[in-house]
Amino acid sequence: MDTQLRTFEVFHQSKRGEPHVHVGAVHAPDAELALMLARDQFARRLDCTSLWVVPSDQITATTPAQAEAWFEPATDKSYREAAGFPMRDIIKKAENWSK
Amino acid sequence: MSMMSVLSSVEPQLDWAEPQTGPEFEAKLAAFEARIQRGEKIEPNDWMPLEYRKQLIRMISQHAHSEIVGCLPEGGWIPHAPTFRRKLALTAKVQDEAGHGQLLYRAAETLGVSREQMIDDLLSGRAKYSNIFNYPAVTWADVGMIGWLVDAAAIVNQLMLAEGSYGPYARAMKRICYEESFHLKQGHHFIVTMAGGTPQQRAMVQAALDRWWWPTLMMFGPSDRDSVHLEKMMRWKIKTRTNDELRYDFVAQYAPQILRLGLTIPDPELRYDEAARRWRFGEPDWEEFRRVISGHGPLNAERIAVRRAAHEAGRWVREALAAKSAPTH
Repeated sequence: MDTQLRTFEVFHQSKRGEPHVHVGAVHAPDAELALMLARDQFARRLDCTSLWVVPSDQITATTPAQAEAWFEPATDKSYREAAGFPMRDIIKKAENWSK
Repeated sequence: MSMMSVLSSVEPQLDWAEPQTGPEFEAKLAAFEARIQRGEKIEPNDWMPLEYRKQLIRMISQHAHSEIVGCLPEGGWIPHAPTFRRKLALTAKVQDEAGHGQLLYRAAETLGVSREQMIDDLLSGRAKYSNIFNYPAVTWADVGMIGWLVDAAAIVNQLMLAEGSYGPYARAMKRICYEESFHLKQGHHFIVTMAGGTPQQRAMVQAALDRWWWPTLMMFGPSDRDSVHLEKMMRWKIKTRTNDELRYDFVAQYAPQILRLGLTIPDPELRYDEAARRWRFGEPDWEEFRRVISGHGPLNAERIAVRRAAHEAGRWVREALAAKSAPTH
């Protein structure tokens, strides 16, 4: 009887202080074996300080269809970006105030 | 429509019967191609034309099969390595190949094909894998030649594939290229060591080069003029360079290194054309290529027989894992 088993997404931390990064998935019957297989697959050659496995169906994700509405604003958001506050002209004016 | 989706696991929701003609399809296709032209990646949940999906399933699964079958020519030599360090390096390399196969099967699964289907295709002989692994590693020097030239050719190809449009495949290629660089280095070290050794060792290296040079050139696939899907593969960035371009790059990079060792490349037409500043070389024997890839090479039957035996021998492990996941309440 052959089965694919469930998939678990794998998150890998390469060194302390770094975030866990999604590196792929493994097939396994349960979380414990998923962690062992994830070690073979993703920590065999890459430095690793921590591994997480999460059943694939436990991850909630945005769809491509909603991406544009959710992530690409139609309005100018420069009010909250550094580039939205140009300094050169106003510095000149303030520094030359008494001259 | 749902605002959120569960990350697709083994079988993404696909409509294999979606019509591939008509104004709606053409509009989606135009948007898809524009995305690729902008250099953006296609991810598993994105819309894609059926042909893109099928081409990639074929290509990625064949690549995965090649990694798994590729364990065999060298795996057989692990017990016979002449030094402990070479044995360790070779074991590590073969382990990497098995891991690459796993990574690639997973990348193919994101396109909607199951692991079982892919394994079945390989074991039944329906699926192809890289032709190069149908040749035997006759002597220890062959192991070094494979590690150097075959891995070098694989890297030339994989660096190109790492720029491809399908996200999971491009990412897998980057990881694989990083590990392949060790394979190349240990192969180069191996051949250079033997080439600087006894007359018998040099003769063994030359004989191995004679056996492996042409099959390695054939790894890049048929000549561009005989490549049926080339235009579409390039437009969809499934390939970003042609077979002949990659073959040329390989010769230009590695022929000089081989010749510097005082070895003879078995191609009487190979020479550097000073006027054109290009290497010239002969045409591979495409008749042999077709014969070997259609199952009549020296080891095709044996490679598949070994894989079938391994699959059978591992059945108890798969059954034990499946039993572990069965609900007990």
